[in-house]
Amino acid sequence: MLKMIDVCKTFHKGTVNEKVALDHLSLTVKDGDFVTIIGSNGAGKSTTFNAICGGFFVDEGYIGLDGEDITFVPEHKRSKYIGHLFQDPMKGTAPNMTIEENLAIAYLRASKGQHAYLSRVSKKDKENFREALAQLDMGLEDRMKNPVGLLSGGQRQALTLLMATLVTPKLLLLDEHTAALDPGTADKVLSLTRRIVSERGITCMMVTHNMNQALALGNRTLMMNDGKIVLDVEGEERAGMTVNDLLAKFAQGAGSELDNDRILLSTQKTVSEQKN
Amino acid sequence: MFITWALIQNALELGVIYAIIALALFLTYSMLNVCDLSTDGCYTLGAAVGAMVAISGHPILALFAAMGAGICSGFINAFLQTRMKVESMLAGIIVNTGLYTVNILVMGKSTLSMNDTTTIFTMMKDLLKDTPFAGAYKLVVALLFAVVIALFLLLFLGTRLGLSIRATGDNIAMVKSSSINPVLTTTVGLCIGGAMTGLAGCLLGEYQKSVDINMGTGMVTVALASLIIGETLVGKKSVAVRIIGVIFGSCLYRVIVAIALRFNLPASALKLVSAVIVAVAISMPAIKEIILLRKTKLAAMRKHKEMAVWDQEQRGGSASC
Repeated sequence: MLKMIDVCKTFHKGTVNEKVALDHLSLTVKDGDFVTIIGSNGAGKSTTFNAICGGFFVDEGYIGLDGEDITFVPEHKRSKYIGHLFQDPMKGTAPNMTIEENLAIAYLRASKGQHAYLSRVSKKDKENFREALAQLDMGLEDRMKNPVGLLSGGQRQALTLLMATLVTPKLLLLDEHTAALDPGTADKVLSLTRRIVSERGITCMMVTHNMNQALALGNRTLMMNDGKIVLDVEGEERAGMTVNDLLAKFAQGAGSELDNDRILLSTQKTVSEQKN
Repeated sequence: MFITWALIQNALELGVIYAIIALALFLTYSMLNVCDLSTDGCYTLGAAVGAMVAISGHPILALFAAMGAGICSGFINAFLQTRMKVESMLAGIIVNTGLYTVNILVMGKSTLSMNDTTTIFTMMKDLLKDTPFAGAYKLVVALLFAVVIALFLLLFLGTRLGLSIRATGDNIAMVKSSSINPVLTTTVGLCIGGAMTGLAGCLLGEYQKSVDINMGTGMVTVALASLIIGETLVGKKSVAVRIIGVIFGSCLYRVIVAIALRFNLPASALKLVSAVIVAVAISMPAIKEIILLRKTKLAAMRKHKEMAVWDQEQRGGSASC
């Protein structure tokens, strides 16, 4: 369970560029929840993710994961139990290392004890990697000795997803992780995400600019504006909601800024939905 | 004979010892992607500390002392880079400058002689007295150390910490989201690099039976030249192949130097040769790009000339109409 209480973050404090990125944000995510987050650019979605994963320390407030206070735990320690995928597929993998070595890093992060730093990947682990890669259905299991830099963006993002979930995380943060991919590949990565998350009941938060996706995926939808959560729907209320309802709700929450945001929040359907 | 076995053997001995420094740079420069410019001072520090301990009668302890001194130097370098956020090159230069004074303090004067000192080399000489390897005892010592270090490096780079060090140099964003502490990986990498450089300095001091305060000047360029020759020879292969390539590159560099010396090239010219090798090797990709662009341009110009002629004819035709 993730708990954020009254979290505040202001960038460039005391300068003309001062920007309140998170404004007394409070949020509770239950175990097994799949939360989608929408909001215009600069609404604070990515900032929220960075606050959770420790990209910076917040100015005020409490962040807890499974009852443990992680407000001032450094990023590399949090990433032991928080998986984070970025929009840029190049960010999540080391290009000059092989697929196998990348997976080994992701896998070994779970090893504990005093010999953890000197632990190595065994033959059996490599077999497990091969099986996991085969699940991606991209033929990567036969290219384990290839450097990751040779893969396409979609393949790299799929691999990053696999690495983030190789050891089941307590929380998975997906920051528009399909936005930089072509529609076909984006679909594939998305269905892969859906499968992995539901199979293992991973608690997951996903930022998207696609309103259809926001309602179709997961069990709860948040809308952010100006560093605040302006809409939080789940259950029946969410089930009966359409994209237009969502836009109307957004107008209530954010007032006049809707006109700008209608452009930014794409209502375009994904390829698979069009096919159906 | 122009090139004798003794000449080659001498080059190999030096090449294998220098290979240890090249391997240290392989770890910091190629793997960790940090330009460690403290190599010169660290190398002399290892030689100075090793010589002092050996002269006081502890030849084995000398090796460990030199490594320990190297680790300290690497740690300060890493501390400046990671915790104090000093630019990596600047941190290396700062440490290097400071080490000059430290080295003088360690040695007490600017040169040390080890003519009658028991060292790892003299110990090996006694050990191999009546064996067929008696003449090659120096090469045996050098090879022994280089092989042990190469094996250590190979095993180490396969561990979680080793992989993390490689990832730190490859993609820092990925490292932070993979529960790797980049401060730790940089520190460990630079400390191991320092230990290797210090050990190489100690071995070289004992090899030539003297230590000079200026013996490290330009060492980083020489080691980089060896590293680049090695990396260019084998290309982008597995870590094991690259390590062998670096050792090979270092030996090759020494052989080139030995041959150059046979052409009565003054020893002082070697630094220039190293500098040119490094400069050319590092600028190779850019040079290739420029040549390729020129080729494309020339080919296009030739084609455009024909098109211009054709264009002129068309114009001429239309004008006469």
